[in-house]
Amino acid sequence: MTLPLYELTIHDAKDLLDNQMVSSEDLTRAALDRIKQVEPSIKSFVTVTGDLALEEAKSFDQNPGVLPSSNLRGIPFQLKDNICTQDILTTCSSNMLSEFIPPYDATVVEKLKHSGGIIVGKGNMDEFAMGSSTENSAFHPTHNPWDLERVPGGSSGGPAAAVASGECFYSLGSDTGGSIRQPASLCGVVGLKPTYGLVSRYGLVAFASSLDQIGPITKDVRDCSIVLDAIVGHDPMDSTSIATVSNCYSKSLKGDVNGLKIGVPKEYFEAGVDKSVLDCIKESLLAFEKLGATVSEISLPLTKYALAVYYILAPSEASANLSRYDGVKYGYSYKDAGSIWDAMEKTRQNGFGPEVSRRIMLGTYALSAGYYDAYYVKAQKVRTMIRDEFSSVFNDYDVLITPTSPSTAFLIGEKTEDPLQMYLNDICTIPANIAGIPAISIPAGFSNGLPIGMQIMGNYFSENTILNAAYAFEQATEWHKMRPSL
Amino acid sequence: MEDKYEPVIGLEVHAQLLTRSKMFCSCPCIYIDSEPNTVVCPVCLALPGSLPVVNKKAVEFVIMTGLALNGEIASMAQFHRKNYPYPDLMKGYQISQYDNPISLGGNLTINVNGHEKKIGITRVHLEEDVAKLQHINKDQSNKYSLVDVNRSGVPLMETVSEPDISSPEEAREYLLNLRSLLQYLGVSTGNMEDGSFRCDANISIRPKNSSDLFTRTEIKNMNSFRSVYRALEYEISRQVQVVEEGGKVVQETRGWSEERGITISQRSKEFAHDYRYFPEPDIPPIPIESKWVDELRTHLPELPEAKRNRFIDYYELPSYDAALLTSSKTMGDYFEKSMNAKEIEQDKIASKAKSISNWMLGDMSGLMNASNMDITDLKITPSLLRQFTDLVESGTIGGPAAKEVFEEMFISGSDPHEVANSRGLTQLNDKDFLEKAVAKVIDTNEQAVNDFVGGKDTAIKYLLGQVMKETRGRANPAIINTMLLENLKNKSQN
Repeated sequence: MTLPLYELTIHDAKDLLDNQMVSSEDLTRAALDRIKQVEPSIKSFVTVTGDLALEEAKSFDQNPGVLPSSNLRGIPFQLKDNICTQDILTTCSSNMLSEFIPPYDATVVEKLKHSGGIIVGKGNMDEFAMGSSTENSAFHPTHNPWDLERVPGGSSGGPAAAVASGECFYSLGSDTGGSIRQPASLCGVVGLKPTYGLVSRYGLVAFASSLDQIGPITKDVRDCSIVLDAIVGHDPMDSTSIATVSNCYSKSLKGDVNGLKIGVPKEYFEAGVDKSVLDCIKESLLAFEKLGATVSEISLPLTKYALAVYYILAPSEASANLSRYDGVKYGYSYKDAGSIWDAMEKTRQNGFGPEVSRRIMLGTYALSAGYYDAYYVKAQKVRTMIRDEFSSVFNDYDVLITPTSPSTAFLIGEKTEDPLQMYLNDICTIPANIAGIPAISIPAGFSNGLPIGMQIMGNYFSENTILNAAYAFEQATEWHKMRPSL
Repeated sequence: MEDKYEPVIGLEVHAQLLTRSKMFCSCPCIYIDSEPNTVVCPVCLALPGSLPVVNKKAVEFVIMTGLALNGEIASMAQFHRKNYPYPDLMKGYQISQYDNPISLGGNLTINVNGHEKKIGITRVHLEEDVAKLQHINKDQSNKYSLVDVNRSGVPLMETVSEPDISSPEEAREYLLNLRSLLQYLGVSTGNMEDGSFRCDANISIRPKNSSDLFTRTEIKNMNSFRSVYRALEYEISRQVQVVEEGGKVVQETRGWSEERGITISQRSKEFAHDYRYFPEPDIPPIPIESKWVDELRTHLPELPEAKRNRFIDYYELPSYDAALLTSSKTMGDYFEKSMNAKEIEQDKIASKAKSISNWMLGDMSGLMNASNMDITDLKITPSLLRQFTDLVESGTIGGPAAKEVFEEMFISGSDPHEVANSRGLTQLNDKDFLEKAVAKVIDTNEQAVNDFVGGKDTAIKYLLGQVMKETRGRANPAIINTMLLENLKNKSQN
């Protein structure tokens, strides 16, 4: 039985393209047809750019010679809707930007265009990337392809659901506290948050500048490394981007973990994590041992402070980053105000949803005179300690393995009334953002038909190591081949 | 009554830096002649997703200024976000510096009425300019404001002084000196009228010889050196009056109204001033290595004080002349170009310098003031000024004729030889002609001749005047004097 085209991985699709078994138009039509078929129930897109995509695909097919030699040429992809695309709506799933069309491309978009990628649309998300279920989208929630009653996770819920359901071959998400990995986990796909600074943030609408990082959401680990190859690199437009060490992640996938030293921080397996998830990860660790890796329980005692640090720093930065949305220059603007101050206030009151407003208020409070030292400064100090703790652990271990999310996908509406319960979803993913280290989530099993994700964290710039570990596991298991029935 | 109090003044100066591109993007800094909102990009418009990248030249300019003001240069350039909502502030925060300015401390020497005084410098830091609002008031029902983003993101250097300034005169002198310094460094135009050099003042009064401090006010909207002077003068008398009437000065921001000549309380903004500074996460701190600072120090141009001393030593100018000639870089440059000292014999340098200085500080300054011109607007080139003084010194033109030639040059920028020739203002050096004129005057003024011969020396002045009249002022009086003396000596011997 041959797979439908939309289920192909990037590397499968590339093989078919190279052998001229399919055209870029075929792949694009497959994605667009799939979108037509499942989008009414998944709702992972904010914008579908079908005509544009087909036009691009045809022009690539007609001029194969001008295509850059790339693993991504002619292959359709989606972008989270907080990544700026020239002439294409970029809304951050917010009423504030519901009509905002950027005049420029984010650096990652330029890079993917240069690689010959074809944009099929923009993915739904929690408003301004704040949330863990995509229910905070101002437009509509996205549904988990494995169970339409459930959330896909968030904030990159659209991208994860789109990749899982075959609406695109890959997508780019952004990860501030787990926003790539947690939805990847809940949707049964691969999501990587690279080392902070590895991928340019230029054109990524900022949520928390010191934590945000763009990364791939793909069907398997090889695809993840292929997309990473295309988007890394120093960007003179982003002062926090670093001179790149490597862009041959896909070539160095060996699938060999013999002698790999795996640390298992016990704090990530304590109260609050579902038993099904714990069992799944423990089983996965056995699989690693069988492959020749050594597994040791370790302790990262500062982990328990990461969530608190995050909810000081991220809202603080967000409170400043979101100040520009005042109705003066672009985006939603309240028109019937009596004064400019009134207009700015009403614009923000109406333009932002409740979670965004909540975080702006949290951040404004944390930065206020009299509280700054107790909150922001202290949180920065703890952040440094968490960084140091990770660094010292990586002297002895190559990777750390934990669950990605404490639970499988929860029901839509289940946690919307309790922000703290929602925040706890990111308890396993936030530490990597706080430290700035890379972390990947890969499919590791199922519970009641819902995917479970395993997180592999590595030292700074050790994407090669964690991708290789993930690839070894993937080669030994079949989880990544599971597709939801839609 | 005012003698009971003394003012305590600190100044904050914002100077736009003369970098080619803006502070955080590659847009050009020159926007004055551009249509509104044409010198913009995603970064200075603060479009979602855009990020700042620091202009290193701007950092260099601040380091240079810090060095020139004897400040201590930080080891890192660390930027902070200063949060406040305002329609002219694109990002809703200004990228500025907070607790770690590029240059800390230092001083600037001023000279008021012959007394030198060191004004302490608190800090010099780097930030970005904001957009410009244009308030349109067509009528009561049709009022609106427009935003021109061209200025947004232009590098702005803030120099904060200690409250060491004790009079409007000192404030003016401080500003003039600071501006001159920035011009010497080539980091700012220092133009106050077009807003590239702006000044706010913090001012309070206190009983003389006391260390008490009363509440201060902040004065804004002073758009010229003159308005700074006037605003401070007004504000001092206002505060004195408030205190004398038993009141208390309120801490507030007041705007200077040029038309009304008063400061007016500006309604406090609708929000409290908590700027919620925090380190700018988009810009990692930039290391300022001592090698970089040393390099900049080595390449600092000659600064006003050093130049003044050199003018005194090398050109042997009086310190008064030297101070005026070095008060602006353009003035000093003009002087040195006019001198072209390399072409002059060593022993003539001093006299030439004094001659050029006299013309520059005398007639030239007078004419410039009268026509409200700046030295950069001058039509007389330094080379023409030198040629002109050559003509004067050689006696080719003299006295009143010289003034007339100079005025013509000032108006038209013409060559002094041509002016003198075409107007018949060159001195007569034709010996025969002059001798005839002298002989004629002696012949026709028997009385005066007899007076002189009889011992009345002053009579020669009358005769000299007659010869000048005869030659229509073109004779060189010194030569005529000699010739008259010779002739009259012969007469008395006969």
